[in-house]
Amino acid sequence: MVNQVVRKSFAALSGLGALTTAAALVILAAIACGPSAPAPTATPAGAMPAKPVAVAPTSADLGGGSPEAFARVFADALASSKSRPVSAFADAAKPLASGQKLKVGFIFVGSQADLGYNQAAYEGSVWLEKHMPDVEVLRAENVPETAEVQRVAEQMIRQGATIIFPTSFGYSGPIKQIAGRYPNVVFLHQGDLETRENYGAYFGNIWQLEYAAGQVAGKMTKTNKLGFIAAFPIPQTLLNVNAYQLGAKSVNPKVETTFVLTSDWCDPAKQTTAVRTMIDSGVDVITQHQDCTKTIVEAAERSNIYVTGYHQDASPAAPRAWLTGAAWNWGPVYTELVSEIRNGTYKTSVIFAGLEAGFVKLSPLGKSVPADAQQAALATVEGLRKGTIKPFTGPIKDQKGAVRIAAGVTPTDAELQTIDWLVEGVTGNIK
Amino acid sequence: MNIFWLVLGGAFTGAVGPGVSVLYATYGEVITERAGRINLGIEGSMLMGACFGFLTAVETGNVVVAILAGGLAGSLLSGIHAYLVVFRDTNQLATGLAVTLFGAGVTAYAGRSFVGSSIEGLNPVAIPLFSNLPVVGRALFQQDLLAYAAYALGPLLWAFLHYTKWGLSLRAVGESTNVAFAAGRNPARWQVAAIMAGGLLAGLGGAQLSLALTHSWTEGMTAGRGFIAVALVIFGMWSPLRAMIGALLFGGAIGLQLQLQSIGAPISPFILDMFPYIITLAVLTVWTGAALRAMPEGLKGVLKGTV
Repeated sequence: MVNQVVRKSFAALSGLGALTTAAALVILAAIACGPSAPAPTATPAGAMPAKPVAVAPTSADLGGGSPEAFARVFADALASSKSRPVSAFADAAKPLASGQKLKVGFIFVGSQADLGYNQAAYEGSVWLEKHMPDVEVLRAENVPETAEVQRVAEQMIRQGATIIFPTSFGYSGPIKQIAGRYPNVVFLHQGDLETRENYGAYFGNIWQLEYAAGQVAGKMTKTNKLGFIAAFPIPQTLLNVNAYQLGAKSVNPKVETTFVLTSDWCDPAKQTTAVRTMIDSGVDVITQHQDCTKTIVEAAERSNIYVTGYHQDASPAAPRAWLTGAAWNWGPVYTELVSEIRNGTYKTSVIFAGLEAGFVKLSPLGKSVPADAQQAALATVEGLRKGTIKPFTGPIKDQKGAVRIAAGVTPTDAELQTIDWLVEGVTGNIK
Repeated sequence: MNIFWLVLGGAFTGAVGPGVSVLYATYGEVITERAGRINLGIEGSMLMGACFGFLTAVETGNVVVAILAGGLAGSLLSGIHAYLVVFRDTNQLATGLAVTLFGAGVTAYAGRSFVGSSIEGLNPVAIPLFSNLPVVGRALFQQDLLAYAAYALGPLLWAFLHYTKWGLSLRAVGESTNVAFAAGRNPARWQVAAIMAGGLLAGLGGAQLSLALTHSWTEGMTAGRGFIAVALVIFGMWSPLRAMIGALLFGGAIGLQLQLQSIGAPISPFILDMFPYIITLAVLTVWTGAALRAMPEGLKGVLKGTV
């Protein structure tokens, strides 16, 4: 009886053969085309005035930062650049024919809905499109940090892109390899410390907000153990974990931060495992330097611990667990860069700024944070903005207790970007 | 000593978490290979299960339907593999890889707008008493239902393969299609069924990954775990019971490396990150002799020189 049923179902299974023939054809097509990355899609914008307009951001656009400081950051970077102005070579600086749009390509390493790094960059590109109506943005998501990014960038250039924003740290190598081949295109890398004539870079001092978030975490922890889940021990990451621990320690002398690396910018299974492992060892506030932040934020909410965010406001994903977070504010930065290129005044340089110029901002404070701690966090942000709080002013010791920044010394932004050690109170190994 | 227990506990916690999805995929591949076929498309089936399980959970809010959808999606993808290798006689290794790439593409496209979605998902249920056991209690007995089902499935599959008529038929097909045919079995049907059942199990593993472990969908989130499952089948010498040990060992290596990092062990995180793969490779190296003897005859043509 049972055997009969089974025989019938096997017969039905082999009947599927016909269906799968069609699928097989699809596969063959897939093989022929190779592993396909998503093709860049053009996103049309609204109305288009004939000439580009320079867009001066307001203080509200800058998350409370000052428009003057914002303008000064760009002016200083141009003044100190040794490159030629892009008007000498860039197609983007040439006048547009009427009805034509300036095509700007954005390449993302992950999904634009990752509640993290890529969403922050994506929202910046939307801001750019909204504020410069004669700009057309081409986007490609989920592009790996390999030769694949060269292929995608070249495809965008063939589609007419004259400015390319490769927004992931690991794109720097592959993009620099092809930058020389396209001397009329301007590449603007997010996070590099080097330039070429047509390859500039910019980044933000997001560690300032890691310091502020660390303070909140240091106040909220009951176990005095914070957890930091990172991907790779690059300077940006080390700066963040150091700032987090320094912030926490400034309000709670007993606090320690546990630091683990997942060796992947977005592997949710490893992220979850790291959260569980940390909870087992007593951590009750967690943060991260991953590209996609949703999994860890939600895991904290489910596990009854607290979380501070990174890259992007993810508070809706964790109404109870959310304390606050560090977030990017790329829109005005992208817009300023594009309008300077458009006007021919841009020279490739490395632009770095923080709260004062509104490159970064504090994510909303969660309802679990008591009012006095909320006040203190806002005061800290103001102090960092005005420069009255300088977290990395010495003496600062490393994990082994050796003084790495001497008493009274404040490292420059560039010096901070070369940090390759962890501060006292961080448990973890990076070499 | 405290540190020792902490590390061991962490390894166990890690072992069961990422281990369960790999375990399902390993079960699936055991069934497939016992019927004399190899399916490298299992990675694609896991992705299908993870993606369509998650999508269904978002759309319906019903986690049981979501699990079934995940299994079905994995099974359908492996159906393509089954058709090609059984009826069109294509190269099994190349076809499996193509199927995986196809699955990766389909899921990247289908899951695109669901990356930021939240689901209730499948949450851990503690088993009273057992979950209070020291070291292993929380790790083993505070898990989701799919994990408990995976514990039970190992012995059940083993019993199925060794003590049922169907299990015998399946193994007979895997040893020699001619003999099975002479005994009145239709080898093609058995192989298609085995490959699709394997895809179903891999799909369930993928669903566990997205619905229970991470509550998230991300493109390519299986990160090669399906291929690890293929290696674990060899380690497990085509036995579902040994596969359990293999999957726990692999998962445990992930948990162990994270735990060692978090206590600040003086080992490079880059070395620690290789742990799971070093263990997999080491085990394959040590086991090869015995594994070759246990290999179903039908696989030898495909795998000769590769094991």
